[in-house]
Amino acid sequence: MKAHVTIMPKPSVLDPQGAAAAEAMKHLGLESIGRVRIGKVVEIELPNGVDEARLHEVARDLLSNPVIEDYTIAITAGA
Amino acid sequence: MKFAVIRFPGSNCDQDCVHSLNAIPGASADYVWHKDSSVNGFDAVVLPGGFSYGDYLRCGAIARFSPVMEAVKNFASEGGIVIGICNGFQILCESGLLPGALVRNRGLHFICEHTRVRVERPNSRLTSAAATGQILNIPIAHGEGCYFADDATLAALRLNQQILLRYCDAQGRVTPESNPNGSRENIAGIRNAAGNVFGLMPHPERACDPVLGSTDGLALFESLLAK
Repeated sequence: MKAHVTIMPKPSVLDPQGAAAAEAMKHLGLESIGRVRIGKVVEIELPNGVDEARLHEVARDLLSNPVIEDYTIAITAGA
Repeated sequence: MKFAVIRFPGSNCDQDCVHSLNAIPGASADYVWHKDSSVNGFDAVVLPGGFSYGDYLRCGAIARFSPVMEAVKNFASEGGIVIGICNGFQILCESGLLPGALVRNRGLHFICEHTRVRVERPNSRLTSAAATGQILNIPIAHGEGCYFADDATLAALRLNQQILLRYCDAQGRVTPESNPNGSRENIAGIRNAAGNVFGLMPHPERACDPVLGSTDGLALFESLLAK
């Protein structure tokens, strides 16, 4: 089992990294793109299954900062 | 007044804090390792600048769970004075001891320069030795110093007089041009609602000796020493 925690900056937070990446993409010829946001993915192997509530706690307390970020969790079976 | 300067793996402004505080009459400072579980015997706690845990995940995100932080939180809840400088400010926000968060500088660059901050509220233990509108010349050195808080939090900070320092120009005007990192409302330093926990991005410990170009940091430390 694996969990993928995706952490993105909240829409209200300025993301200068995303803006810089968007500029670079336009420079490479991708002119018709909209807003670009950059977040992070934390991949967690769960060999013994998962307590989802606990996972959400960890996602809220450690992996993300709820003041500036939102997170989602996707759990997949298999390696 | 005895200051505990906490050392996390990656802290690098701890020596400057201890050096500068020890040089102030009436103050002394000593190191406390992040794995210690007590800050007993100290009158104030300093979380110094640096790159605790390499800024991994987010600045201060891992340091907030260091064993010593339990003692620091208890110390703060009992009214003890806690000052977070730069990475220390980030750790205090991550741990919820201060509201808001510090994010990447708007211009994406790491900025290392002297900057001016305006004292907004002299009636705090960090600024009582200064006057409202007084301009302090104190260096900053950070890549993630942009203070963010949502509108409701900002309104509360204003209402409770928690904003202590704002980036300003040479005339003391708080302007977008004088904002080095995009902080909302040019906020450079705040206190908690109870008035015993402080966070600021500038480094007062680097502005205590004329050989470093400014002694304006002394105004902040001496405020803490005043009765």
